[in-house]
Amino acid sequence: MTPYVAVIDYGMGNLHSVASALEHVGAPRVVVSHDPQVIAAADRVVFPGVGAIQDCMSEIRRLGCDQLLQSALDAKKQPVLAICVGMQALMEHSDENGGVATLGIIPGTVNFFGEALRDSAGRRLKVPHMGWNEVKQTQVHPLWQGIEDRTRFYFVHSYWVQPRDPGIIAASFDYGVEGCAALARDNLFAVQFHPEKSHKSGLQLLSNFMKWDGTCS
Amino acid sequence: MGLARRIIPCLDVDRGRVVKGVNFVGIRDAGDPVEIARRYNEQGADEITFLDITASHEKRDTTVKTVERIAREVFIPLTVGGGVRALADIRALLNAGADKVSINTAAIHNPELVSSAAERFGAQCIVVAMDVKRVTEPGAPPRYELFTHGGRNPTGIEAVGWAKKMAALGAGEILLTSMDRDGTRDGFELTITRQISDAVEIPLIASGGVGTLDHLAAGIVDGGADAVLAASIFHFGEYSIPQAKAYLAERGVEVRL
Repeated sequence: MTPYVAVIDYGMGNLHSVASALEHVGAPRVVVSHDPQVIAAADRVVFPGVGAIQDCMSEIRRLGCDQLLQSALDAKKQPVLAICVGMQALMEHSDENGGVATLGIIPGTVNFFGEALRDSAGRRLKVPHMGWNEVKQTQVHPLWQGIEDRTRFYFVHSYWVQPRDPGIIAASFDYGVEGCAALARDNLFAVQFHPEKSHKSGLQLLSNFMKWDGTCS
Repeated sequence: MGLARRIIPCLDVDRGRVVKGVNFVGIRDAGDPVEIARRYNEQGADEITFLDITASHEKRDTTVKTVERIAREVFIPLTVGGGVRALADIRALLNAGADKVSINTAAIHNPELVSSAAERFGAQCIVVAMDVKRVTEPGAPPRYELFTHGGRNPTGIEAVGWAKKMAALGAGEILLTSMDRDGTRDGFELTITRQISDAVEIPLIASGGVGTLDHLAAGIVDGGADAVLAASIFHFGEYSIPQAKAYLAERGVEVRL
């Protein structure tokens, strides 16, 4: 059977962008699905995310995607890429929607940027954090292959991820806070920015993901 | 170094073709939207905005198909607006591959659409577009008012208060167009741009009137815009996106090079 990458569809809307971008970088087959068997048998898994966290969480749980992800990460085999709200959903708790318990697969929280956010020079920063910001790579990882340190990626979010173990942070961004732009643990790589919307650098990261064996070395 | 200011080429699309007029009159045909979007993507545009100005609602299916075609080969953010009236319209455009949907007249008739859309799809994909004109009356200071129908119909709504209200309802971004400047190439209306940018916590895109690269710089430096939108200076090859970025970078504006 042709190898395929499964994009987890928990009913929150546009997954075409991720799917098209994966096809563009040469994925032989992209299957958008929430069928546990389809996802379990995939060679690679993408856990995308758009929308508000509360709705995402209830759909993720209703469709059993939480257990699926847990077992994929426990097995440490299939490379898994989580994007934006997908990354946030892996943490323990999010400030969004008045406070939501998330999957708790990665210890840590998802925090609101806050009102009256300022940069280090005291200038006001708008929220959402929307646009192209520099991604500072904080560890060597196969997914950074061919991507220069401090390359700009496209972000759009009002909440930022803070893992309890700083050792899993693979990149950071600066926006009033030093936020986690990417984290890596075993066969998981998670990004706050949108590689599928980040032009050549984003496509390079997706292409690296398609070649990744799921180990951090 | 932090977040870059964005340069956004805008495609006004009528029945599947890109057009740009002077004050919305005397429209010229600048070609195929997919072709143009691809060109801007290659040039390094930070985002693309696609405004559907098709008068007839029945012809709007073309828009969804065009958005699908663009999203299949352009991997930068895409905002789509024009004729968005209901949650179903937003859903259809997001499903077709739009990253953000811009709501204009419908926000005036039905402000709850903004809050329900932000709740349903997330604030980050809801842009509120405001068409604003400077209104002067004898004996009163000039004020800025919202207009509909390409600047023909006054609404009596004051612009800064409206922007704050939209942000409070959950808009993720404001797209501000000066109807006095649109198509004139005289530069952005900087006064209202600065007022709104200072008044709201969400990002602001300035639009209407760009004729030179200096206008783009002024919109950011003097107007306080987080992003600048322009059409004709890019569509007819007068300036390229890299030229615009180089110009801004020379003036100390942070851009994605």
